[in-house]
Amino acid sequence: MTKYDDLTEFLLRLGDSALVHAQRLCEWTGRAPALEEEMGMMNVGLDLVGQARNWYEYAAERIGDGTDADTLAFRRDERAFRNLLLVEQPNGDFAVTMTKQFFYDAWQYHLLTALQHSGDERIAAIATKSLKEVTYHLRRSSQWIERLGDGTDESHQRMEKAIDTVWRFTFEMVEANDSESALASSGVIPSLADLPEQWLATVNDVFRNATLTVPDAPSTFYLSARTGMHTEHLGILLAEMQFLQRAYPDASW
Amino acid sequence: MSEWTLYEVFIRSKHGLNHKHVGSVHAVDAEMAIENARDLYTRRNEGVSIWVAPSAAITATASDEKEPLFDPSEDKVYRHASFYELPDEVGHM
Repeated sequence: MTKYDDLTEFLLRLGDSALVHAQRLCEWTGRAPALEEEMGMMNVGLDLVGQARNWYEYAAERIGDGTDADTLAFRRDERAFRNLLLVEQPNGDFAVTMTKQFFYDAWQYHLLTALQHSGDERIAAIATKSLKEVTYHLRRSSQWIERLGDGTDESHQRMEKAIDTVWRFTFEMVEANDSESALASSGVIPSLADLPEQWLATVNDVFRNATLTVPDAPSTFYLSARTGMHTEHLGILLAEMQFLQRAYPDASW
Repeated sequence: MSEWTLYEVFIRSKHGLNHKHVGSVHAVDAEMAIENARDLYTRRNEGVSIWVAPSAAITATASDEKEPLFDPSEDKVYRHASFYELPDEVGHM
C-alpha cells in the first residue's frame, strides 16, 4: 500500500473525511424529515465536496504522475482512503446522523482554526475559506444535539443510543500523531497538541445544554484510518460512489 | 412534521434598504427557522440579513374585504402628488 509523505497523507485525511461525510449526507436525499432539513443537509454536503476538492487538488499536485482530484476521489480503493472512521459509519436514524455531524464539525472547527495559521500558505488559505462554512455547520449541528437531547423522552433516548453507537470512533480525534507533530515542528502546520482538549470542551459544552452525558475517553482499537484499516462500511460506500468512473472510466457529460 | 411551525421569511438584499418577504419555511423554533431560511433563500448570494416571524402572528386582510378596503381609492386621483410643478432645482423626488 502506497504511503505518501506526511503532508500528502495529512491532506488526504482532510479531503477523504470531507468527501466520505458528504457522500453519507447525500444518502438523505429524498428521505430527510422535512424539505427544509434536506436542503440544509445537502448544503453542508456541497460545502464539504468543495473542501475535499481543494485538499485533493493540493495533494494531487504533490503526488504528480497526472493524478488529479477526480483520480483521488474515484480511482482509489478502500485501503488508500484516510478518512476518519467516524464519517464512514452508516447514517442510522436522524440522531446518529446528527451526532456524527456534530463530532465531525467540532473536530473540523478546531482543526481549521489552527490551520489558518499554517506556515504552508496553501493550507492556510483553504482552512480560512473552509472555516466560514464549518462555523455554520457546527452551529447547526450543535443546535440539533441540544434540541434532540433536551427534547422529548424519545429523542433523548435516541440521542443516548446514537452517542453509544459512534462514540468509540472518536478516539481518532483525540489521539496524538507523530507525523502531524513532525509537520508542526518543521513549521508546515501549527501544533495540533491542543486539538483533543478543544474538541472535548466543545462536546462537553453542547452536551451539558443538551442534558446528555459525555462517555469516558474512548480507547484505541486496531482499526485506524491512518493505515487504511477501515470498518466494513467504507467499501460499500465507495462501490456506490465510484461506480460510474469504475464502469466507464473518463466518462464525461 | 405536523408539529413544525410555519414561519414567514424576510430577506434584505445587499443593496436593498428594507427586508422583503420571500417565502416561508417550517421549523421547530425561531433559530431553526433562521437556519432553514438561510439554506433555502440565500444560497445564491441573495441576502445580508434575515427576519423570520411565525405565520400565525401575521394578521392579514380577507379577500372578501377587497372592495370596501381598496376600491374607494381608485377614483381619488387628487391623493397622488402629481398636480404640482416641481422646480428643476429640487431634482428627483
